Amino acid sequence: MSADAIRGERRDVEPARCREELAALKADGYNVLVDMTCVDHRARGRQPRFDVIYRLMKFDAAEGRDLGRVEVHCGVDEAPVLRSVMDLWPIADWLEREVWDMFGVRFADRPDIKRLLMYETFEGHPLRKDYPIAKRQPLIGPMDGNKPNSPSFNILKPTVTGE
Amino acid sequence: MSATTTTPKDAGRKTFLLNMGPQHPAMHGVVRMILELEGEIIRHADCEIGYLHRAFEKHAETETWNNVVPWTDRLNYVSPLINNVGYALAVEKLAGIEVPERGQFIRVIACEISRITDHLTCVGASAMELGSFTVFLYLIKAREYLYQLVDQMTGARITTSFTRVGGVKGDLPEGFAVKFREIAAKVREAIVESDKLLTRNRIFMDRVDGTGVISKEDALAYAITGPFLRSTGVPYDVRRAHPYLVYDRFDFEIPVGTTGDNYDRYLCRLAEIEQSLRIIEQALDKLPSGPHSLHPREMKHAYELEDMGKAGKTELIEKYAAKVDQTLEGMGKDTFGVVRAPNRWATLPAKEQTYTNIEGLMNHFELVMWSWGIKIPEGETYDAVEGGNGELGFHLVSDGGDGPYRVRCRPPCLYIMAAIPLLLKDTMIADVIPTFGSVNMIAGELDR
Repeated sequence: MSADAIRGERRDVEPARCREELAALKADGYNVLVDMTCVDHRARGRQPRFDVIYRLMKFDAAEGRDLGRVEVHCGVDEAPVLRSVMDLWPIADWLEREVWDMFGVRFADRPDIKRLLMYETFEGHPLRKDYPIAKRQPLIGPMDGNKPNSPSFNILKPTVTGE
Repeated sequence: MSATTTTPKDAGRKTFLLNMGPQHPAMHGVVRMILELEGEIIRHADCEIGYLHRAFEKHAETETWNNVVPWTDRLNYVSPLINNVGYALAVEKLAGIEVPERGQFIRVIACEISRITDHLTCVGASAMELGSFTVFLYLIKAREYLYQLVDQMTGARITTSFTRVGGVKGDLPEGFAVKFREIAAKVREAIVESDKLLTRNRIFMDRVDGTGVISKEDALAYAITGPFLRSTGVPYDVRRAHPYLVYDRFDFEIPVGTTGDNYDRYLCRLAEIEQSLRIIEQALDKLPSGPHSLHPREMKHAYELEDMGKAGKTELIEKYAAKVDQTLEGMGKDTFGVVRAPNRWATLPAKEQTYTNIEGLMNHFELVMWSWGIKIPEGETYDAVEGGNGELGFHLVSDGGDGPYRVRCRPPCLYIMAAIPLLLKDTMIADVIPTFGSVNMIAGELDR
């Protein structure tokens, strides 16, 4: 195996063809969805803005051997809709929920999407590059949304907050 | 008991909803389970996570490469060293830095100690929840000995922050191997005792044998790894499938189960503790010698070295080693290049250099200064290690700056927790406790 077998070969797919490509890979033997995540390229000014990454593994269950991995990148823009793959891999349910929760990438053809880590009434998508890290919302700060008058809340690196 | 509903399928049969958690005495971690019960049988389960979300990934984007290491301690806080190593390996892969051999051996030793503490906690805590308080005390006592070892090695019991990009903080303390052998005997003793108390114990077996069963296919559909997958009979271990560090040089077995129930997972974890002890013993035997304990030198305080440097007595400086604060131990010249990569763009210079000459001082300063620091080339990578619960992966994106552009942590227990509703469906409510215990859910890693 090559030195980067654990990452696998990178493939770029069009958002419209994303589900088809993934289904084809699954039919090809990539039976485990190891991970699914997203990168927001906004701060780097790249187009398209989001990069949704699916990490698949061809797995031999009898021997417990990893027969190869592939990293599927799907570039999607603002307010994107991708077709869900949770019927192919059930774990995609939670992973899609996390990507939606953190980045606001939407998924179609699946039951109602619910936030995974944040709470229902949370507004915005915290891992987007334009979500300020110091932003307070009800339930993770005082109810009025203002910063409390305590040193631990107010000492923030200016480079981080952009204030 | 919050609401009474009638399921449309079999109208007339009453089910009711029961909330377990977020704060429940038998849930070791903050997680909420919503169970739809028909009598004592769980007809439907739902799991809500996120109560311990602390924005690890967001914070990591605002830190420098090395400053993320302390954050990784807080992921899986019963095996922090594995997280440290996993993160550092991913960064080094991106930067193309090679860690010296002794440093790699020390990382293996650190990882395996952490794996043992992880399994001891899991087995001990779930035994306690099933009423075996004695086993809990035996195993936690054994864990405490290992924490003492970790304390000597890293300076902290749990918040270790042991790795640096390009190596580890310092060399192993003197007499580490001897101390380890004493402790290994105690750990083995504790394992034997809990084995005697639990493995053939009727009360324990009734609760764990045949409960929480997961099939091989379901485990793969949920991308479950680690002891949970191995208990179904799949011998997948990242240490074997994708050997990292120097794992390919050790002789160890991958214990597997057959049925994938709670009992198998318990047996797998106990067997893995023994394998981890074996790996550490081999690592200590094969450890490439470092000059650390071979050349005892006279120690001088930093200010004394500084004065020598000012007076121009550079030939004298070579003779002495810097006497440093306990937290900086193992960062002297004897360990530089032995446990840390001799790369002046990535690893801090030896303390003697920092204290005595301007080049060393500037080198140190540039590496720790905001917006200077270590520059990792632009790129993207993924690397994974075998964590206590399975494949612990880090996907890193660098924009060429002094800190990560994006850090994604693949937390192994998220995948198991996603499968929990499946595991609990149509089982008894009493099975929630052993099943949930065998997951070894660590909220720090699950919610990040």
